[in-house]
Amino acid sequence: MATPILQISGLTMDFGGIRALNRLDLDVHAGEIVALIGPNGAGKTTFFNCLTGIYTPTAGEILLTPPGSARSVSLKGLKPNQVTEKGLARTFQNIRLFSQMTVLENVMIGRHCRTKAFILGAVFRNAATRREEREIVEMSYAILDKVGLAHLANEFARNLPYGAQRRLEIARALATEPFLLLLDEPAAGMNPQETQDLDRLIKEISTDGHSILLIEHDMKLVMSLSDRIFVMDYGKKIAQGKPAEIRSNPAVIKAYLGEDVDA
Amino acid sequence: MLGFKEIKNGLLVSLWFVFLTFPLMVVKVDPVERIVSWRWENSIYVAIGTFVIYCVVKIIMQHRTGNAAVEKEAEQEKESIIHRVLASPKQKYTLIALLLAVAIAFPQFSSSYQTNVMTTALMYVVLGLGLNIVVGMAGLLDLGYVAFYAVGAYTYALLNHHFDLGFWAVLPIGGGMAAIFGILLGFMIVTIFIVNRLQDSRLGRAWIALREDEIACQAMGIDKRRTKLVAFALGAFWAGIIGVVFAAKTTFINPASFTFLESAIILAIVVLGGMGSIVGVILGALILILLPEYLRALSEYRMLAFGAILVAMMVFRPRGLISNIRRTYHSDKKFHPPIQH
Amino acid sequence: MDYFIELFCGGLTRGAIYALIALGYTMVYGIIGLINFAHGEIYMIGAFTAFIVATVLSIYGFPLLAIVILAGFAAVIWSSAYGYTVEKIAYKPLRHAPRLSPLISAIGMSIFLQNYVLLAQTSNFLPFPELIPEFAFMEPIAHIVGSTDIVILITTAVIMLILTVVIKGTKVGKAMRATSQDRTMAMLVGINVNRIISATFIIGSALAAIGGLLIASHIGQINFYIGFLAGIKAFTAAVLGGIGSIPGAVLGGLVLGLTESFATGYVSSDYEDVFAFSLLVLILIFKPSGLLGKAETKKV
Repeated sequence: MATPILQISGLTMDFGGIRALNRLDLDVHAGEIVALIGPNGAGKTTFFNCLTGIYTPTAGEILLTPPGSARSVSLKGLKPNQVTEKGLARTFQNIRLFSQMTVLENVMIGRHCRTKAFILGAVFRNAATRREEREIVEMSYAILDKVGLAHLANEFARNLPYGAQRRLEIARALATEPFLLLLDEPAAGMNPQETQDLDRLIKEISTDGHSILLIEHDMKLVMSLSDRIFVMDYGKKIAQGKPAEIRSNPAVIKAYLGEDVDA
Repeated sequence: MLGFKEIKNGLLVSLWFVFLTFPLMVVKVDPVERIVSWRWENSIYVAIGTFVIYCVVKIIMQHRTGNAAVEKEAEQEKESIIHRVLASPKQKYTLIALLLAVAIAFPQFSSSYQTNVMTTALMYVVLGLGLNIVVGMAGLLDLGYVAFYAVGAYTYALLNHHFDLGFWAVLPIGGGMAAIFGILLGFMIVTIFIVNRLQDSRLGRAWIALREDEIACQAMGIDKRRTKLVAFALGAFWAGIIGVVFAAKTTFINPASFTFLESAIILAIVVLGGMGSIVGVILGALILILLPEYLRALSEYRMLAFGAILVAMMVFRPRGLISNIRRTYHSDKKFHPPIQH
Repeated sequence: MDYFIELFCGGLTRGAIYALIALGYTMVYGIIGLINFAHGEIYMIGAFTAFIVATVLSIYGFPLLAIVILAGFAAVIWSSAYGYTVEKIAYKPLRHAPRLSPLISAIGMSIFLQNYVLLAQTSNFLPFPELIPEFAFMEPIAHIVGSTDIVILITTAVIMLILTVVIKGTKVGKAMRATSQDRTMAMLVGINVNRIISATFIIGSALAAIGGLLIASHIGQINFYIGFLAGIKAFTAAVLGGIGSIPGAVLGGLVLGLTESFATGYVSSDYEDVFAFSLLVLILIFKPSGLLGKAETKKV
């Protein structure tokens, strides 16, 4: 079997005296959709923040291996922008769009780390800069079209309905050309119709060749999408496996429903 | 227009202000001669003044809530005119030619005092545009901006003093005021041009994203520290250049020209005009610099009025005079809304 | 050694005054995130009110004790009233405006109040009446520590103590702490946030007024510009100690006062500000949130 594109071992994160993540192991292979589930406060978002450089983990190792490459890079201690440059992009649980910018500009920001123009380019607008700008616009439109927002490209991001804002977050992350996409509760606050559209969108993104790691509470969506599922509780991994295995795992049921149910 | 309740509140507010201003406005002591003078007439002025202002503000407020929708539409119309002019190259060059004509003509037809005032205003336009990069676009609070202005001025002054580097030195003597004015105007146009281009570039977008949400901005692969540094450096660049112009214009500088108040006024230009809007900054600079000049008619009440106007403008237009419009881009392809399932 | 103690006491006195004013900055910042540039002016108005009341009473021949008490009361009452009114006019309408708008409004207010006092009174320096007499029992050490120094230090200490009790123990204090942590949540649990913000301004202004009274009688003269200078210094003290932190403001004030005093005493008074601000930069490089400020935790 090929090297996993993401390999995490012994990841630990302490906040003062509180251990938010406790020796966590997790891996994602190329082309997979992996879900990370667990009750509220289990440490899922903290896990994402450690991965993307927003927090620096206390201990453990995070290795990223681009698909088809033999060389792994450690993400530990990198800044968020460096992590994104390495090919790992994320969305946020509490939507963090650039609200004073247009929908298209939000996606164009995602192209930042894959383009080069700087002060002189901006001022003189030479041929290379103009070409680059054109490419940014076209590619951003194409991504917006994929998530079904191209017709709203020049609206302000803050004026979009909730579901569309979530899809815009995904579009923005896709613009950074990640091979691994981290989605933090992409279906939160969506109605059943929107969730169904999201299910289709995530499958499409996966077919396009992006691997996906997602945190989600909507079990129907998780079971429909995931190749494998990891379950966390109190900062620890309590189970992992295929959806069918997780569904019948007693430890998982206990974590979600409390002690007395399995009696 | 005003109900009984408003009138009653107005009277109460007047009474409060009479109390508030009592020790400072009514009593005046001469500690040396040991004389106390009671200026009771001031209390009456305060009472009447407060009541009138209260009523006017209330009426404006009522008017505004009634016309909010209409006003918003009119505003969009107005802004799109400005932006349309800047967007079309033909109109833009006409505008620039017009400005240049004014630049050449203005010093010929007006007194040197007027030219001097306008020169100062232009200097602040450029200073405002520079700080606009730091504060308006990148969203960083910079209260030490005037330091870079001072660096520019001192660099020029010291080089001039020790090495006689004096292209500019000749200018102020040989009726150079007009020349400085013209050069400044040209320089302002270049600055507008550059800032305008920066705004719609990869770098400009990164600044605005940084202002909107630092964490999301970093997660999108933007180097926070580098982007902030470039914003500070570029802003400082304009301040330095205007510092040189300032030193050449006044032919005399000392630290008293570069106080905190100076920084505060430049910051006020940016915020008052509307953060990140170029037209707004120009308008803000013209208002804040020309206002105290032309308020000289009010002589000693000038700065009092200036402070009050600053507060009033912020209270009535907290987002600045002109709100910023983001550029729209179009694709060669046509896109339609997805079919609803 | 005497010289050292003299500088030390001078620094403490100066620092205590900075701390009194810095508290106003830090409390307002803690609760609405605004740098209240008009705070220095509130302090100046306190000093002016005290000056007017004290001079009038002394002309009418009141005894010293009555003058001190009445001047103090007047300064506190009018400064608080000004602080309250400034907040209602210039900041309250801007609660939901962009971050920098209230700052500009505050700068406008500061310019307005300065010129208001200039026009209503005078631009000249005015001699402030001596409110604190030289105590007889201080005679043997008077060349090192003046009576005013002692009075200032004791007054400040007592006020700090009262403030701590108010903030830690009373209902208003608890509501203040709640509001500064999460304004929306405070509103949801039934705290009248507007009233708490007003209370913060009133308390901050009262402290500044006492500071104004003490420093004016210490230095012996006032004019309309003293608020601006003291304001900048006190603001520096607040940042030094960690803006938003009440003990931080006290510590920042003392550190700043001592630094200035020693710089003046051992180097030259020309370098007073250079040392003070170098210290600020140095501390902020190593501890960006100030001496006692809490590092901002980002919630993602």
